[in-house]
Amino acid sequence: MRSEFAIKAHGLSKQFGQLRAVSSLDLMVPRGEIYGFLGPNGSGKSTTIRMLCGLLTPTEGTATVLDTDVPGSSKELKPRIGYMTQRFSLFGDLTVFENLQFIAEIYSYPVAGRSSRIDELLERYDLAEMRKQLAGTMSGGERQRLALACAVLHHPELLLLDEPTSAVDPQSRRDFWENLFRLAGGGTTILVSTHYMDEAERCHRLAILDHGVKVADGTPQELQNRTGMHIIEVIADDPYAAQSAIHELEAVASVTQLGTRLRVLIPDSQDRPGELVESALAASNIKATTRLTTATLEDVFVAVTMQPRRSA
Amino acid sequence: MKSLYRIMAIVKKEIRQLRRDRLTFGMIVGLPVIQMLMFGYAINTDVRNLRTAVSDQSGTHLSQQFVAELRQTQVVDIIEFVESVDNLETLLRRGKISIGVVIPHDFDRRVSDRSRAAVQLLVDGTDPTMLGVANQLRTMPIGFDSAHSTSELSQIFEVRPFYNPERRTPVNIIPGLMGVILTMTMILFTAVAIVRERERGNLELLINTPLSSTELMVGKVIPYIVIGMLQLVLILAVGRLLFDVPVLGSIIDLFLAATTFVAANLALGLLISTAATTQFQAMQMMVFVLLPSILLSGFMFPFDGMPTFAQYIGEVLPNTHFIRLTRGIMLRDAALAELLPDLLYLIGFTLVAMFMAAMRFSKRLD
Repeated sequence: MRSEFAIKAHGLSKQFGQLRAVSSLDLMVPRGEIYGFLGPNGSGKSTTIRMLCGLLTPTEGTATVLDTDVPGSSKELKPRIGYMTQRFSLFGDLTVFENLQFIAEIYSYPVAGRSSRIDELLERYDLAEMRKQLAGTMSGGERQRLALACAVLHHPELLLLDEPTSAVDPQSRRDFWENLFRLAGGGTTILVSTHYMDEAERCHRLAILDHGVKVADGTPQELQNRTGMHIIEVIADDPYAAQSAIHELEAVASVTQLGTRLRVLIPDSQDRPGELVESALAASNIKATTRLTTATLEDVFVAVTMQPRRSA
Repeated sequence: MKSLYRIMAIVKKEIRQLRRDRLTFGMIVGLPVIQMLMFGYAINTDVRNLRTAVSDQSGTHLSQQFVAELRQTQVVDIIEFVESVDNLETLLRRGKISIGVVIPHDFDRRVSDRSRAAVQLLVDGTDPTMLGVANQLRTMPIGFDSAHSTSELSQIFEVRPFYNPERRTPVNIIPGLMGVILTMTMILFTAVAIVRERERGNLELLINTPLSSTELMVGKVIPYIVIGMLQLVLILAVGRLLFDVPVLGSIIDLFLAATTFVAANLALGLLISTAATTQFQAMQMMVFVLLPSILLSGFMFPFDGMPTFAQYIGEVLPNTHFIRLTRGIMLRDAALAELLPDLLYLIGFTLVAMFMAAMRFSKRLD
């Protein structure tokens, strides 16, 4: 029976010796959506993706990918998923065309439609002029387009992308996301890991991982609405002094400087956060303006990955 | 059927990559030719023109005739005549000569008297091959002066060299060298084959495709079997043209034997490849196979003369069995059926190594 979820995971854990890379992860990824994994390096994003495609055996927990249990029958699953590795993993000493051809052969793409499919991909991913160029001589953005073309060549139902944009420039990243939306529009489910906030914001739904634990999940909007924090923006002539003054306040969860502005996170439980900050600044004779604002995804990230201040 | 297509995809990819890898391509041709020339010309146990001095204390017609015969063998190159044995010893010590010939004053009488040696040879024993040469000189037929019936004396032993009547070293060396060259190149190519893909990250891509480990292994081996055969042709051609090495037996038998040997080495290379994590490690492991393949396979030293322990190691190595096969087929005109145990060993070795490599190469990362 076809489930409405492409990925269902329950209590997924992975232990590497002493290190618990992923800890009791629950995951529900609806079909046809772009689902993001947001987290710093070492937060367990790659490990989770590798467990989901059967490359790693979970220490505990179960996962069902496209209605197939992994890692149990990952063999039947392989032709139905596309995987793009964090590092460029195509053959540098083969041309663009040869790489695509190789992938088509490995996936037993029907011979009749093969060359038209390759031509279509070359066109779609703007590689047509480079078809005879060796993949090893291409730029980061070009390699990434080739890798995506290879990953989707066999029309996978699920696309797993492990930090696909970590080595490319902003323009290439924009183009790349255009392509992802087009694929999602065509019904492909996409799981993408990233450590860029702007990319996370583009996802239909995302999970924030920290030290192997899922600390929050939902749509970007939901996450921004339930940070449990007041966000106060402070503009000061001397932001550094202002930061020190605000840090003194016990109620403040976090202060982040962005140029001359400060973003101050104060828990919901505090009734009048604006006045609290203003009085602290006034007490230190610092001229500043404050205003209450809405949370960005960055604020969400800071709020959920923050260590409790008392224990620090 | 799909499996076959996937194997062919790997084969095609390997060939394309090889064509662009000039260094490897150069090694396929360069390594056999250079090694053939080096070993073929340099390793020569068939020694000629050793620097020699003679102290002829007899000075008779007979002794002069003996010296002339000695010259004719071309084994020695007489560079000096000296007075006494002391002079010879000095020359030996200084390294001016390798052999000193002492012809005693009663040479004529000694020649006719069997109980005592007629001539004394002073040999530089620091080089073991010199002693062999001295033995060679001992059996030198001295065909002069039938009145003294010396021919009887020198023909106590008669050596009939089978299969290499001219006793030319290249004839012995090249069948063995074939094994050494193939061991070196075949293991080298495959040992780095998987490791290189692991280092470059290609493996992470491959294990996420429907490709199975066995398909990957087989696909990687096939192009190199063909390359191995090309090398074999090259070696045989150079052997034939430059060193006049014959192939007395069936050339088909030889190629069959070589195919199993090449496969055995490739399988071993793959096994190394699955055990190593970097290309450098793979190289180091290769040396562990290559050295015994040269030293303990019967290529350098006669197999039967080695200590039992070394023989056991030698028996494990594919090269030992291949050298037996090639010497049999090329030099003794033996049929493959007569050499079956060695052939079967190579086939068995290939299967076991392939199986182990496929087992070790997991499609998982943990």
